[in-house]
Amino acid sequence: MTPYNPFNRNFGSGTRTKAVRPDMKWHEMTRAGNIYEPGNANTYETGDWRSIRPVWNKERCINCLLCWRYCPDASVIAKEGKFETFDYKHCKGCGICAKVCPVNAIDMVPEEEIEKVKEANKDEN
Amino acid sequence: MATLKELSRVEERFVGGHRLCAGCGHGIAVRMILNAAENSNVVVGCATGCLEVASTIYPYTAWRCSFIHNAFENAGATISGVEAAYRALKKKGKINEDFKFIAFGGDGGTYDIGLQSLSGAMERGHNIVYVCLDNEAYMNTGIQRSSATPTGADTTTSPAGKVIPGKQQPRKDLTAIMAAHNIPYAAQTAISNWQDVHKKAKKALEVEGPAFINVLSPCPRGWRYNTPDIVEITKLAVETRFWPLFEVENGKWKLNYKPKKYVPIEEFLKPQGRFRHLFKPGNEHLIKAIQEEVDNRWLALLERCGETPELPPR
Repeated sequence: MTPYNPFNRNFGSGTRTKAVRPDMKWHEMTRAGNIYEPGNANTYETGDWRSIRPVWNKERCINCLLCWRYCPDASVIAKEGKFETFDYKHCKGCGICAKVCPVNAIDMVPEEEIEKVKEANKDEN
Repeated sequence: MATLKELSRVEERFVGGHRLCAGCGHGIAVRMILNAAENSNVVVGCATGCLEVASTIYPYTAWRCSFIHNAFENAGATISGVEAAYRALKKKGKINEDFKFIAFGGDGGTYDIGLQSLSGAMERGHNIVYVCLDNEAYMNTGIQRSSATPTGADTTTSPAGKVIPGKQQPRKDLTAIMAAHNIPYAAQTAISNWQDVHKKAKKALEVEGPAFINVLSPCPRGWRYNTPDIVEITKLAVETRFWPLFEVENGKWKLNYKPKKYVPIEEFLKPQGRFRHLFKPGNEHLIKAIQEEVDNRWLALLERCGETPELPPR
């Protein structure tokens, strides 16, 4: 038996867990078009809205997790009470995390520069 | 008081991939409040507004809990209906688990359009928490004035021009109106102080009966400030006493934060584009009038909270 989890439950939908996707035909839809998958916005990527990217500096980070608290997009992933990573698939690049950081451990880097660095690394290989 | 290390272990209930603007205060406020619910089952109801429109674009939902949306004006009625149905089913033994009921509304859906249904829900005494995410105008439809918009703010329906300098009327004090319903818990808080939001959300969820929380949640687009400065701007709203933090528990008023120094309201108005016209030469009297209103409200609040009504030292 799977352990009880108050999240990811299909309240009232029984065993139906069919996902609704934007490219579905009408006859493939669930009844009344109901969405049975909680939090399926996760599959929608808002990361391409971003023009500046937060970059984490491990040495300076004190794991206070203020960035986690103030991220509007739940894009700061914390694990075991410590900073783990940024979720670049959903981060919109608002820059709040860099601003609230008390030790300036987050730098906001323009996406073009990151592209340039990537290009340079490609040439080297 | 729980630390962020502990709180970050609670599973995320409002996931990324919602379509709120970058740097929106609603995302922060909703995450803080749902985080305070920890592992209990939650049913969320939403009034129409930025939050509802951006988090439930079909076929996606950003909510990892039960969610109901009905219309703009009836978030209070809808969530109280859900709560009543739950109580009936529980009595019959068809539901065994416990649920918490939270309704989120913007300031348009709470101060103006949804006030009657909210007032009814509070009066009937349903066991719900109503959270007003106050961004001080109808931001979703393009920054129209609401009764939460402060005096002098430039919005599309109260534009600042040569003759009329922005909104003319003072803002409504909704938290006091809700406290006047004699509900067990009503509070006003702001996202700059996360401990305060967490404490109040926890209290509101634990209390038996209706609870109301008014959260100041800035909108970078409507307030026209630099997006990353959201926490600073909200902090200034609290420091200038424009947005006092207080709670009303069973009719007892309590001030949660008292600024140590007198900070003039200009500090809060200056970084915002919606108040830019107030700083033009010849408009000094407008700022003076706003300052007077803020001071008067502060003194009245101190009196209600049973403290000596005096302004902070300059």
